[in-house]
Amino acid sequence: MRILVAVKYVPDTDEIRIDEATGTMVREGIPGIINPLDLYAVEEGLRLKEKWGGEIVALSMGPPKATEALREALSMGVDRAVLLTDRRFAGSDTWATAHTLSKAVRKMGHFDLILCGERATDGETGQVGPELGAMLDLPVITYVSRIEDLRPPRGDEPGWIRCRRLTEEGYQRIEAPLPALLTVVKEINEPRLPTFRGKSRARRTEIEVLSLEDLALSPQETGLQGSPTRVVKVFYPRLTRDTVMVAESPEKSVERIIDFLREHKLI
Amino acid sequence: MDKGVWIIAEQWNGKLKRVSFELLSRARRLADKLGEPLSAVLLGHQVEEAAQELIYHGADVVYLVDHPKLFQFDPDPYVSCLERLIHEERPEIIVAAATTTGRTLMPILAARLHTGLTADCTDLDIEEGTGLLLQTRPAIGGNVMATIETPSHRPQMATVRPRSCKPSPRDPFRSGKVIVKDYPDELFTSRFKLLGLEKLREETVNIEDAEVVVAVGKGIGKPENLKWIRELAELLNGAIGASRAVVDLGWLPYPHQVGLSGKTVSPRLYLACGISGAIQHLAGMRGSELVIAINKDPRAQIFKVADLGVIGDLNEILPRLIQRLKSLEVKQG
Ligand SMILES: Cc1cc2nc3c(=O)[nH]c(=O)nc-3n(C[C@H](O)[C@H](O)[C@H](O)COP(=O)(O)OP(=O)(O)OC[C@H]3O[C@@H](n4cnc5c(N)ncnc54)[C@H](O)[C@@H]3O)c2cc1C
Ligand SMILES: Nc1ncnc2c1ncn2[C@@H]1O[C@H](COP(=O)(O)O)[C@@H](O)[C@H]1O
Repeated sequence: MRILVAVKYVPDTDEIRIDEATGTMVREGIPGIINPLDLYAVEEGLRLKEKWGGEIVALSMGPPKATEALREALSMGVDRAVLLTDRRFAGSDTWATAHTLSKAVRKMGHFDLILCGERATDGETGQVGPELGAMLDLPVITYVSRIEDLRPPRGDEPGWIRCRRLTEEGYQRIEAPLPALLTVVKEINEPRLPTFRGKSRARRTEIEVLSLEDLALSPQETGLQGSPTRVVKVFYPRLTRDTVMVAESPEKSVERIIDFLREHKLI
Repeated sequence: MDKGVWIIAEQWNGKLKRVSFELLSRARRLADKLGEPLSAVLLGHQVEEAAQELIYHGADVVYLVDHPKLFQFDPDPYVSCLERLIHEERPEIIVAAATTTGRTLMPILAARLHTGLTADCTDLDIEEGTGLLLQTRPAIGGNVMATIETPSHRPQMATVRPRSCKPSPRDPFRSGKVIVKDYPDELFTSRFKLLGLEKLREETVNIEDAEVVVAVGKGIGKPENLKWIRELAELLNGAIGASRAVVDLGWLPYPHQVGLSGKTVSPRLYLACGISGAIQHLAGMRGSELVIAINKDPRAQIFKVADLGVIGDLNEILPRLIQRLKSLEVKQG
């Protein structure tokens, strides 16, 4: 099995603070981390590799500092890490990101399985995974909460994968031929912590870096130029509401809640 | 020239989901501003009645593809049919629900059509002068709002959160056109095998769709106390949400989790019981219309997003609240 995991480098939301006076977010000097939801994709990939053998590669597109996210994946146990970094990739929307990633995947050869997080905690679109799958013409299974079974391809026999997807109506069980792309939800596993050995291996492993030229991309098809969407305005919503506070006896508190529910016709 | 505004209707067992009507009411405004027709696309099997219902709720045209292979959501035939339909009819704007179906279908389509897609919009509008779709969405846990445009690629595509607007009213005298599309069999082939559906526990179902969410945090103290939350949810006709702390402790399963790494909900009422209000939790609930928070710590962050903040002990308040609601029921009974 050859497995690819796409991981994103995002600002650490734990460090994001709200400016009490303005109710806006303070982002200056916020350190970056690997997208927390991508750890589940990395973990699932590692488990599959442990069971079926083969290779697992982590791929990220981002600024040079995104190597930190890749080091984290390496310290958990992935074999190789590839970073797509180039000034001209900056400003990519989900289409341009998926397009750029798809070029890299094609360049890196055949993969039996591509794993993505459900969404990134900064952009929060959850679109890059399915878009990447579509661009590579792979079957896409989203919201995977468990891989029930899998057969890697053997000779002429194509492999397959059987998953449970978490949907509004329940768990949909679905099977697809390999190669396929999956986006996974948090329920799928408990990501391992990097070991000391893993960490020191991660420090020694060289991260492969690819630029626009390496991917044979033109500047028109990536970055801001290659993005169909444009951000035209950014604003900070007010976080606070006009809160009415109640600090009274339990009985009185209950009456206040009842009044509130009545006033808003909820009972 | 590309023309018209589309919504992708969602149905389950032939019955339209509420979000389909929410999409219609949002898209109606857009179509009217552009002076163009509003169409709904309905994929399913034996769903003629639902097609008519979409017209009663505001669609001028319904494109209907009816096929056994469309009974349940299967990405392959759904994408093939939509792609074909888009090439034939060339809509200017497509709006779908930010559900597990919409969030799978739309990015695959956007990739194939080479166009922009904005996820999870909370507001859609038409820009004066240019007629472009203005797509506003929260990012970074709802701390930033961004307005996004797709200047030159078509169609302009967006998903919108369920419950982010009111469903359009039903008018049984409205008329419109149902256009049935008969597509060749090869459009319905799939690489997937659908092996069945395992229902979630009743109380879990669809916290994203619930009008009331009774949410529980670690402050509930111990799992036995969840019985209060269950009772409250039942009395208020709501679903049960949870903070990550509660899910990590194994007190409730993951589908209940609200927040950055769980679900985003925007019910009419969010009743937060013993939740501190970490920014990652707020990310999933601050779009709620009304928020009541109960917490014994007066400095708890959750109060910052509450309309009614009750400082007090859940052990004392919840049993009394339940008693009180029950007595009201008996009276009205
Ligand atoms: C990457 C990342 C993603 C995350 N994603 C999520 C997410 O999706 N959803 C989420 O919820 N969290 C998420 N978190 C975790 C989040 O930071 C908080 O740890 C979590 O929300 C805390 O849950 P809590 O409020 O239930 O618990 P606590 O923070 O422990 O708060 C318990 C509250 O209960 C109150 N309390 C205690 N006893 C009583 C009583 N008897 N009566 C009344 N009040 C009482 C306390 O005053 C306290 O405010 C995430 C964290 C990270 C780092
Ligand atoms: N720049 C990126 N580099 C690598 N993977 C990415 C990148 N952006 C998104 N992804 C993958 O796509 C998923 C969804 O991201 P998003 O669409 O941004 O919410 C993430 O969990 C990653 O697996």
